[in-house]
Amino acid sequence: MATVGIIDYGMGNLHSIAKALRYVASDEQIEVSFDPDVLSRMDRLVLPGVGAIGHCMDELHRLELDAMLAEVLGQKPLMGVCLGIEALMTHSEESGGVDTLGAFPGKTVRFAEPDAQPDGRRRKIPHMGWNQVRQERHHPLWKDIAPSSWFYFVHSYYVVPDEPRHVAGTTEYGVRFASVILRENTFAVQFHPEKSQSAGLQLLANFLEWDGAAY
Amino acid sequence: MSLAKRIIPCLDIDKGRVVKGVKFLEIRDAGDPVEIARRYDQQGADELVFLDITASNEDRDTLMEVVERVAGEVFIPLTVGGGVRTLPDVRRLLSAGADKVSINTAAISNPEFVAEAAYRYGSQCIVVALDVKNAAKKDEAPRYEIFTHGGRKSTGIEAIGWAKKLVSLGAGEVLLTSMDRDGTKSGFDIALTRAVSEAVTVPVIASGGVGSLDDLYHGLTDGCADAVLAASIFHFGTYTIQQAKNYLASHGVAVRDATLR
Repeated sequence: MATVGIIDYGMGNLHSIAKALRYVASDEQIEVSFDPDVLSRMDRLVLPGVGAIGHCMDELHRLELDAMLAEVLGQKPLMGVCLGIEALMTHSEESGGVDTLGAFPGKTVRFAEPDAQPDGRRRKIPHMGWNQVRQERHHPLWKDIAPSSWFYFVHSYYVVPDEPRHVAGTTEYGVRFASVILRENTFAVQFHPEKSQSAGLQLLANFLEWDGAAY
Repeated sequence: MSLAKRIIPCLDIDKGRVVKGVKFLEIRDAGDPVEIARRYDQQGADELVFLDITASNEDRDTLMEVVERVAGEVFIPLTVGGGVRTLPDVRRLLSAGADKVSINTAAISNPEFVAEAAYRYGSQCIVVALDVKNAAKKDEAPRYEIFTHGGRKSTGIEAIGWAKKLVSLGAGEVLLTSMDRDGTKSGFDIALTRAVSEAVTVPVIASGGVGSLDDLYHGLTDGCADAVLAASIFHFGTYTIQQAKNYLASHGVAVRDATLR
């Protein structure tokens, strides 16, 4: 039976993502664990999380999950979600500047402070709610998902990959930012697929089906 | 493309059932929460809010079961409130499957609790619910005050400054209810909604007074709300969520097209 490990490092609510994966799973076994040995044996991994990146990296290190990730990244399909996308970059300007896992060359930056929009209203931070994702390349992860589907976001920082070819989806919020990044068998999303109704569930199902091959 | 305005049906839960009070007088049974949540999800609701109005702790366990069941089959954000006073209260709700918790009375009596909860669980899951009334006399400029106990008890606290304070302590969203309008079906208090929305940097959910689809439109445009909360117009089948979205979209408001997969 195929196994999926959800990496539990104490940041945020993992119940939602576990419930959503179990909902779309056919026979995959979904496990939540903080044990690097257990996780490194899983067929695929999910790196979720909400909160501040400084604390996130500290906890990944304390639980020796950063070393496990360094070893398995590129070896098996991995999906980063929300804070997980930030953790996969090289560096974040959050928490006073933090070096992150480095699976994607590039950095994480904060949205510019709220400014006037053309209609005179301000843009709020965090970027919270439903926004559209433009698919920037063909990929099996986009199977059966409409080109401008809506996904649920909650974040104040966004990632800026150095390599445009790593950008698989973008979203507009004052700036057009990378909301989905992809490099071989590692991919990450800024939004919460587990809270994005049918489009999100479809993406999770596609992740479970994906063989991890690069396209 | 832009961020969509959100339509959020609110379910008042008493002893595991959805109820709707009309001006605090009669409580009408509106059905099974899981069934109703599923229906709203299918109609394209952007989020769901559950407010527990149950009195006893015993019956709160029933709420946990409801939250768990809903979270197992409805995959949109779920906010749960009612009697949230301690960090263990927050943890229990998040563990049951809530994505956000709404803090009401405790945000007035103990604002530090908002800071603690935001620090521990993140601002993104801390909603503060403010019940506000205009305490000014007729012909005076509006003076918005925070009320508690379903709008019966004045606190003397000025609402807009308090909203700013709670946001600076870490609240990630404001659920703003006009107690003057709640249950009247005469529309949102637009001046209040706009004043709070312009004062804080986080999203504001307008609540209290929705009687028509046009009310939703005015709350989101003139009121500058980021989301609108409504109960009775959806519960009793006056309108579906889809009708509300169609109306807003046809008037130029960005809403999520839930038929797009």
